[in-house]
Amino acid sequence: MSNKEILCLLEKDAKLTPEQIAAMTGSNATEVGQLIKQAEDDHIIVKYKTLINWDKVSNNRVLALVEVKITPQRDVGFDAIAERIYKFAEARTVYLMSGTYDLAVLVEGHTMQEIAEFVTRKLAPIEGVTGTTSHFVLRCYKEDGEILGTKEEAKRQAVFL
Amino acid sequence: MTTIFPQNSSEKGITSRRVNSIAPSGIRKFFDLLATMDNVISLGVGEPDFTTPWNIREAAIYSLEKGYTMYTSNLGMPELRQELSLHLEQSYGVRYDPDSELLITVGVSEALDLAMRATIDPGDQVLMAAPCYVAYPASVLLSCGEPVMIPTNETGCFEIDPPLLEAAVSSRSKAILSGYPSNPTGAVLPRPKMEQIAEIALRHNLLIISDEIYASLVYGIEHTCFASLPGMRERTVLLGGFSKAYAMTGWRIGFAAGPREIIAAMTKIHQYSIMCAPTMAQVAALEALRNSKNSVDEMVADYNHRRQLFVKGLRDIGFSCFEPKGAFYAFPNIGLTNFNSETFAEKLLAEEKVAVVPGTAFGECGEGHVRCCYATSLPELEEALVRIKQFVNRHQK
Ligand SMILES: Cc1ncc(COP(=O)(O)O)c(C=O)c1O
Repeated sequence: MSNKEILCLLEKDAKLTPEQIAAMTGSNATEVGQLIKQAEDDHIIVKYKTLINWDKVSNNRVLALVEVKITPQRDVGFDAIAERIYKFAEARTVYLMSGTYDLAVLVEGHTMQEIAEFVTRKLAPIEGVTGTTSHFVLRCYKEDGEILGTKEEAKRQAVFL
Repeated sequence: MTTIFPQNSSEKGITSRRVNSIAPSGIRKFFDLLATMDNVISLGVGEPDFTTPWNIREAAIYSLEKGYTMYTSNLGMPELRQELSLHLEQSYGVRYDPDSELLITVGVSEALDLAMRATIDPGDQVLMAAPCYVAYPASVLLSCGEPVMIPTNETGCFEIDPPLLEAAVSSRSKAILSGYPSNPTGAVLPRPKMEQIAEIALRHNLLIISDEIYASLVYGIEHTCFASLPGMRERTVLLGGFSKAYAMTGWRIGFAAGPREIIAAMTKIHQYSIMCAPTMAQVAALEALRNSKNSVDEMVADYNHRRQLFVKGLRDIGFSCFEPKGAFYAFPNIGLTNFNSETFAEKLLAEEKVAVVPGTAFGECGEGHVRCCYATSLPELEEALVRIKQFVNRHQK
């Protein structure tokens, strides 16, 4: 059992207990528990989250992918501006990108209006931001490697020799 | 049903004596019971719980869109045979000429049947380990050969014992049918034992028919291809498949690799009875060989996790369970109850709604064991273990 193996298992299923992981990898539960604790302390495991198909729940959540162009600053490059952006709670995910724009920001809000306001009032005016383009998400088909449609039914024969 | 024609051997029956020589499966009762029940956790399956990786499915769909709906060469698509030849050389260091030593078949099932029909004359004996895959003795009988079962057991890790094997060799022995990694036991034959068997084959001039359909599904050890052993390539028919490794059971595609003369004989039968393996499945198999290593690695890692959890779970309940190093089956010893394997399976199904296969389905010496397939989701495996534990608590002797 390696640290990486534990992390891979937990990334797929955060609910696995140290006992289960130990059984699956032929190792000792106390040891697995310690390794997990260490990974939490080192902020390698950042948090445990649940993947929810919100389309199946009546809710008002709007997601937009905002492309942000910025002028890098002397000494700190993109980092300082990225930090000003990612500290906003509305920015759910922030990536530094290669290509025609610099930051990809996933912004979440309750309405399109709310997101538009965030982009025009908070994001766009930041010094060094030279342009933004917002794309609203219409539908999520797949997230974190999981297809969000209906569960696939079992198709196997119950007994086969 | 009333029998119109007498079935005994002297008079003409409606069905052939050859077919009649195959005993009906003893577990029909069990299947019938299962069919009437809901919410059963089935560990009785014999195939992956993954669907075929999408790149493979997509390649087949694209080929249909492009109109690849005709027969291929009897041997199979040349590109597929070339890719397969490369794959076998890279994986095991055995070289097969794609034009004369490889045949693409309708699964290992067809390849096994062809290998028998191409090499076995009436009365020839084929030696094999028991318990074993149900089609092994049947395929020999259908070729009017005589299966000779070499019992294996838990103490011997279900590995065929070379001295026992050699003692069973007679003047009528023609071939050894080897099936490792094994269905139903999950056993893998260690290389030194394979070498001993190879020596026996050489000493007694026997063919080796090696079903290596589970070759990719081994855990913590490397698979040794029978044909890669010294002197074996010339007397081995290697049967390999896509069903298990690439989760492609429903595509019906596999292959045989072997000496030119045998492949030519098998091809003769194949061209009259099958023509060629399904074209879309061949396209899919080509994609599988070219671009699916990551998928296979992921599936194998996943089986391995479930294997370890399940075997530990069984042992924690109190079962003695040999460690299966291949395929996706565990074959626990049920001696902690007073049941024979058929009763165990029936009662477990009736009382706890968990389906396992009695070891006797794979031959008499499977008695005392049941086959459990752990290619089942983790929550189901854990629930099955809970139910099996309740069952054992009630029936432990
Ligand atoms: C040992 C063994 N050989 C062969 C087969 C048949 O494989 P295929 O799907 O390639 O016909 C199976 C299927 O269960 C098997 O377990």
